[in-house]
Amino acid sequence: MPQVALTVNGKQHTVEVEGRTLLVELLREKLGLTGTHVGCDTSQCGACVVHVDGVSAKSCTMLALQADGTNVLTIEGLAAADGTLHPMQEMFREHHALQCGFCTPGMVMSAVDLVNSHPQGLTEKQIREGLEGNLCRCTGYHNIVKAIAAAWPLMHQKAAAE
Amino acid sequence: MPFEGIGAAVRRKEDARFLSGRGNYTDDINRPGQLHAFVRRSDRPHARIGRIDTEQAAKAPGVVAVFTGADMAADNVGGLPCGWQIHNKDGSPMKEPPHPVIAVDKVRHVGDPVAVVVAETKQAAKDAAELIEIDYQELPAVASVRDAIAPGASLVHDDAPGNICYDWHIGDKALVDAAFAKAAKVVKLELTNNRLIPNAMEPRAAVGDFDPHGGDFTLYTTSQNPHVIRLLMGAFVLHIPENKLRVVAPDVGGGFGSKIYHYAEEAIVTWAAGKVRRPVKWTAERNESFMSDAHGRDHDTMAEMALDADGNFLALRVSTLANMGGYLSTFAPCIPTYLYATLLAGVYKTPVIYCEVKAVFTNTVPVDAYRGAGRPEATFLLERLVDACARDTGMDRVAIRRKNFIPADAFPYQTPVALQYDSGDYQATLDACLKAADYAGFEARRAAAAAKGKLRGIGISTYLEACGIAPSAVVGSLGARAGLYEVANIKVHPTGSVSVYTGTHSHGQGHETTLAQLVTDQLGVPFDQVEVVHGDTGKIPFGMGTYGSRSLAVGGTAMVKAMDKIIAKGKKIAAHLMEASVEDIEFKDGQFSVAGTDKSKTLTDISLAAYVPHNYPIEELEPGLDETAFYDPKNFTFPGGCHVAEVEIDKDTGVAEVVNFVAVDDVGRVINPMIVEGQVQGGVAQGIGQALLENAVYDEGGQLLSGSFMDYSMPRANDLPMIKVGTETTLCTHNPLGVKGCGEVGAIGSPPAVINAVIDALKDYGVRHIDMPASPQKLWSIIRSGTPRMAAE
Repeated sequence: MPQVALTVNGKQHTVEVEGRTLLVELLREKLGLTGTHVGCDTSQCGACVVHVDGVSAKSCTMLALQADGTNVLTIEGLAAADGTLHPMQEMFREHHALQCGFCTPGMVMSAVDLVNSHPQGLTEKQIREGLEGNLCRCTGYHNIVKAIAAAWPLMHQKAAAE
Repeated sequence: MPFEGIGAAVRRKEDARFLSGRGNYTDDINRPGQLHAFVRRSDRPHARIGRIDTEQAAKAPGVVAVFTGADMAADNVGGLPCGWQIHNKDGSPMKEPPHPVIAVDKVRHVGDPVAVVVAETKQAAKDAAELIEIDYQELPAVASVRDAIAPGASLVHDDAPGNICYDWHIGDKALVDAAFAKAAKVVKLELTNNRLIPNAMEPRAAVGDFDPHGGDFTLYTTSQNPHVIRLLMGAFVLHIPENKLRVVAPDVGGGFGSKIYHYAEEAIVTWAAGKVRRPVKWTAERNESFMSDAHGRDHDTMAEMALDADGNFLALRVSTLANMGGYLSTFAPCIPTYLYATLLAGVYKTPVIYCEVKAVFTNTVPVDAYRGAGRPEATFLLERLVDACARDTGMDRVAIRRKNFIPADAFPYQTPVALQYDSGDYQATLDACLKAADYAGFEARRAAAAAKGKLRGIGISTYLEACGIAPSAVVGSLGARAGLYEVANIKVHPTGSVSVYTGTHSHGQGHETTLAQLVTDQLGVPFDQVEVVHGDTGKIPFGMGTYGSRSLAVGGTAMVKAMDKIIAKGKKIAAHLMEASVEDIEFKDGQFSVAGTDKSKTLTDISLAAYVPHNYPIEELEPGLDETAFYDPKNFTFPGGCHVAEVEIDKDTGVAEVVNFVAVDDVGRVINPMIVEGQVQGGVAQGIGQALLENAVYDEGGQLLSGSFMDYSMPRANDLPMIKVGTETTLCTHNPLGVKGCGEVGAIGSPPAVINAVIDALKDYGVRHIDMPASPQKLWSIIRSGTPRMAAE
């Protein structure tokens, strides 16, 4: 079986996979990182979003072999090493932007990329359009939109300070 | 101590794990030696099964076993049971055809299980399933209720003539007919309530585990009610006694009703685990969710209101065809009857009501409760009909509602369709909602929209629902085969922390937070020292689960009763320790004190004494501080309120956009306003989805056309507005918390508000009614073909 070598949440792994193994299957089944979820089979729901080399990607739509040599960040690796939540995680909690929690890992990872890629600011409309690839059935998105808007200044102030 | 009791917007306990990827959903569970099951499903809507050849599949790499319905039948496995029996008009029972776990002689809908492959990996099971050869003799299929009841229609079940499951009615037909005969005006409306697919974001999953040492089975499953699954699967399907079967529903990623029912795959993995003596896991792919999760709604209805010359409602007459699908799902028969027709009084004092319902078998996925379950269908009918009454009589939409409201001083109010409402103030919720939505300023906004070429409309819905399900004796007399009480076990541990074991289940509702707030409030225990445990028959005495917005009204009340017992016992211990009489002990804010003195003991002092009973009234009192209460509600609860939607329609594309939405609901006492607001917003999003986007579509031959997220239009962030939520409270009079329930109000009140707004936007086009979803295609066609009556002006 072919091998794939990649870094996940700062740890290096070399894993044997089938040619057809998806990145999300590698994460969930080979590495036990079950925080990344599978909510559909048509690349529509976004529950599986992770960051590959810093950019959000649907891990159900990427072969594990395509991730060879990449640096993958999953929801498990988003908080600081001491457990301090990322500002996006903190704002999701503060604004009640999650209910059942199933879409949440993908939603948070998409939201982080959305904020990162909009250093000039984010309107409500841009946030809603930016969530095109993520479905939530519980919240009606109201509080997700609020949480992302609230995380934007926290993330960019933090980036500016560093 | 920060205020974390009743009324505080406490942030949720469960969020820390969900936000860090540490949730524990069923598909995250892997047992040692676990195998994987894949279900080969029918791709035919209706066919006799000839030969099933499993030989090649059984020889495929990694395959451990292949099972068919015949294997289960040979092992004496029972069919999936129905939990509710409805009786026909003539008193005879409904048709209740068998529902085999795996189809035996016939398949009755696309998605019906035909065989199961168990293999070392999911991919191996899936590959092998394709090798199974099935000879089908196709039969004509019926997908819609109209087709199914047509003379000569193909029969879904040979023993259900005309495809009728039951023909039921409620109300006094003679009185209603008499009222219609003398009415000044009769307003008729024919409408459908569109079929929906619940689509919780977590697909269903199940892991069956068998311990050969003791012969114990464990099922991990995506369920809203693990005890009910244990009861149904243990007693009726697999014949496993309760003491040998543990059902765990861990973190569950949304339910909305669709995870109430006992599904085939739960029985398949549990039974197969016993056969192969290894754990067996099954996880649905989303396409399987579409064709095997119970669907919702799907009514065809004719409704008529009789009015006097002043616009007073005299009588309501309703005739409904309800789609049951190919088999009876667990609670399907009660949805279009006791959760629908009994709600037809709504918030109005209509003196007489008659409703008849024919439930119909079709070659479609079974239909059962989906968020609101029956009440959204009743509300859509009523609120569309009331708008039609306003239009046909020339009355104002708000005025005709106010005129017919049950007044605030009329409670308790007995409706003509069985229910007795305990409390409510419909003028108050209407006033608050109209104010918050700036209803008075709407015409200026309509004009501004017109100036930029958009059609803007406003719609109102004033609604009521029944939840807090349910008094056992009442539902028993109506056909329920179970009680609907709730159970709470509360343990005050020796050093003062508290565990709550509740028979309700949280799959997004935030019970770990809200229920802990009840403990903080009543026992004075700090919020962070309270843990709420749910979803495990091995830990919780019993429970009926979560649906029908019942967790607080029924489950919360059971907790209050258990805590009352803890306080009563604590007073006895405190009296002993402080050498006072029990009558003189007062309990407040976590302190037991002797009235009129400065002597007091904390709850922790008392719990420590209860578990280390060195100085203890051991002759009269058992050690420990651990109490259980069962609570059976006295009545349903009746949340209600007003929703106002404002839409803008693009004339060129027909796209309707909800630009403003306000909900003001009376959900009784609010424990956590943040969570209540979130529940209402989520419900409204599903209601807007039903009104504008979502539709489960079968073709005439019974193929599901909307079978994926590519085809079924789920509401996305950009389809929805910010949703303003307010509350106006009257307390429930028959539970100690005064709570009514908030889980379903959003999905019940909102669809007619949106459609009323769409019709208002198109008022110049002569449109009287539009069925859901009000899709761009439908609206564009109306705009293209209609001549605006005002065009000449």
